[in-house]
Amino acid sequence: MNSFRMKIGKSLKELLDMFLRDLEALTRDLDHRISGNPESISLEAGIFFKAFGGLFLRDLRVLTREFLPFVARVGMQPLLFLFVFTFILPRMGNGNPMAVAGGVDFGTILLPGLMAVAIMFSGIAGVALPLSSEFGITREIDDRVMCPVPLWAVALEKVCFSAMQSIIAALLVIPMARYIPAVPVRAEVHHWFLFALVLVLASLLAGSLGLVIGSTVNPKQIGLVFSIIVVPITFLGCVYYPWAWLDKISWLKYGVLFNPIVYISEGLRAAVTPSIEHMPWWAIMVALFFFTAALGRWGLKGFLGRVLS
Amino acid sequence: MIVEIEKLTKVYLAKQRVVALEGIDLELKQGEIFGLLGPNGAGKTTTISIATTRALPTSGRVRIKGIDVVKHPAHARRMIGVVPQFNTLDRSLTVFENLYFHCRYFGFSHAHAKSRSLELLTQFMLSERRDAYPPQLSGGLAQRVQIARAIAHRPTVLFLDEPSAGLDPQSRMAMWSAVEGLRTEGITVLLTTHYMEEADSLSDRLAIIDYGRVLALGSPEKLKATLGAHTIFDLKLRSRDGLEPLAVKLRARRDVTSADVTPGGLRVIAASSEGLLPDLVQAAAGHGLRDLQITEPSLETVFIELTGRDLRE
Repeated sequence: MNSFRMKIGKSLKELLDMFLRDLEALTRDLDHRISGNPESISLEAGIFFKAFGGLFLRDLRVLTREFLPFVARVGMQPLLFLFVFTFILPRMGNGNPMAVAGGVDFGTILLPGLMAVAIMFSGIAGVALPLSSEFGITREIDDRVMCPVPLWAVALEKVCFSAMQSIIAALLVIPMARYIPAVPVRAEVHHWFLFALVLVLASLLAGSLGLVIGSTVNPKQIGLVFSIIVVPITFLGCVYYPWAWLDKISWLKYGVLFNPIVYISEGLRAAVTPSIEHMPWWAIMVALFFFTAALGRWGLKGFLGRVLS
Repeated sequence: MIVEIEKLTKVYLAKQRVVALEGIDLELKQGEIFGLLGPNGAGKTTTISIATTRALPTSGRVRIKGIDVVKHPAHARRMIGVVPQFNTLDRSLTVFENLYFHCRYFGFSHAHAKSRSLELLTQFMLSERRDAYPPQLSGGLAQRVQIARAIAHRPTVLFLDEPSAGLDPQSRMAMWSAVEGLRTEGITVLLTTHYMEEADSLSDRLAIIDYGRVLALGSPEKLKATLGAHTIFDLKLRSRDGLEPLAVKLRARRDVTSADVTPGGLRVIAASSEGLLPDLVQAAAGHGLRDLQITEPSLETVFIELTGRDLRE
C-alpha cells in the first residue's frame, strides 16, 4: 500500500515538474514576444503572467499533495448516487415504487445533473473554503495579496484554479455513469466545442459563486451557508429532472430561473445527453455568461473589501 | 529619499468614526533602520498598512522610490517586503516551499527561486527545518521564516510590524541580529515597536507617534538628549527620620529634577549623574543605606513623558 502511494506521489511530482518546466517555457516565450514593446510594458506583462503562474503553481502543489482526498471528495457523491439510484433500485423489481419513479432513463437524466453538482461543489470547496480560512485568524491571504499583480488577479487565479478542479470533477462522473448503472449511460457529445464551452463557463460560474461565499460570509458561518444556500440551490437546480418537466408546477418552473445551477445542469444536458429535453442553447449561454459576470463582480467586490481597508 | 510619507491621514468610518492618522510626515533614507514607536492604537500599523498597499489613505501620499503606492500598487509591491504582526505563513506549504513560491510570485524562474530559497535557509539558519510546516515552528523560528520570506525577492524597503511581539528574549535577540544583518544588504527598514530597548538599539532614527501624529523625530541619542531623559536613583533606607529636609536640600541642586520620599526610602530624578552619586551615598549613609538602584537615561522616560502614563486599550 505504501509503495503504491509512493509511486502515485512520485508520478504526481514528475507531472508537476513537467508542468513547471512547460509554464516556464511559456512565460519565457511571452516575455520574448512582448519585449518588442517599450520596456515598462513588457516588464509589467511579464511579471503579471509569472506571478499569476506562481499563484497557480502554489495551488497545484497543495492539490497534488492532497490528490487522493480530492478525488474521494468529488467522486463519492456521484458514485453513491449512481450506485443507489441506477444500480440498486432497478434490481429491486417492479414491486418497489422507487424503482419506477425514476423511470428507465433516470441514469441518463442524472448524468448531466451529477456533473453539475460535482462542478458546483468543487467550485465552492475550491474557493470558498480555502478563502474563508485564509481570511480568518491566520490571514494567510496577506502574503498572496502582496504579489506584484493587481488584487483582482489574485481573486481571478482562485476562480480559475477552482474551475480546473471543477472540470476534473465533472469529467470523473462520465466513466462512473458508464460502468455503475444497471443499464450503461453513455455521454453523446455531438458538439465538442459547445461541450467544452459549457464545461468551462459552468466551472467559472461555480468558482465565482465560491468567491462570493468565501469573501462575504463570516468564516464561522461557512458551515451554515452549505445548509441554507448550497443544498437548496442544488436540489432546486434541475439536477434530478429536466427543467422542461416542471410544466405542471409553473411557479417553480419560473422561480428556479434565478438559480444559476439550473443553467449548469441544462447546459450539460444539452451537451452530454441531447436526447433529453433541454433549454435552447442560446438561452443557456446568455444565462451562463450573465451569472458568471454578475457573481464574479460581486465576489471581486467582496474580496477587495476584505483585503483592502 | 526611499520612502516619502506626506500628510498621511486615515479615518475609519465603519461603526464609529475613528481617526487613525492625523497627518503623518516621514522620510526614510537609503539603507537606514527607522523605528516607529508608539503606544497601542497610535497609528503605527495603519501607517505600515497604507505604505504596503493593504489599506487606502483618506488623504496624503506615500511614495516608494518615487512610486505612488495608491496609484501603482502592483508596481510598488515589487519594492516592498512585509513582516506582518501575526504569523501569516502559508500553512499548506513547508518552510522551503513558503520561500520558493514567494519567489515564484515575484517572477523568479524555477532554478532561481530554488537557489534563492536555499540561500535564505542557510542565511537564517533554517536549513534543518526546511521540510517542517509552519504550525510545527516555534514563534521565534516562524518569525525568522517570515523575515526570510519578506526579503526573498530583494525588496528595497522592508516593513516590520512589531517583529518581536510575543517572542522570548533569545528569539528576540536572534531577530534583532537578523535585522542588523540586513544593513549589509543595503535594505531600508521601517519597524514598529513598543519595546523601547528595541527601538533604541536597532534604529538609526526613530519617530514617536501617538494619536496619529508624529510627536518627536530624530536619532535615539538626540531624542534622549533633547527631550529630558533622566537618570533615576532609587535609594532603600533603613531609617526614614529626617528624610524630608534631605529631599528639600537635594531639590535645591541644579542637576536634580525631583527628589521625593518613598515608602522604602528616597527617589531622586536627575538630568545627569555626574557628581551626584557620591553626594547621594554620603547623605544617605546616615539613614542606613541598604540598596541603591540606578536607571540610566532611556527612551522609556522620553516615551512616557510624550505619550503620558494612561493605559490604552
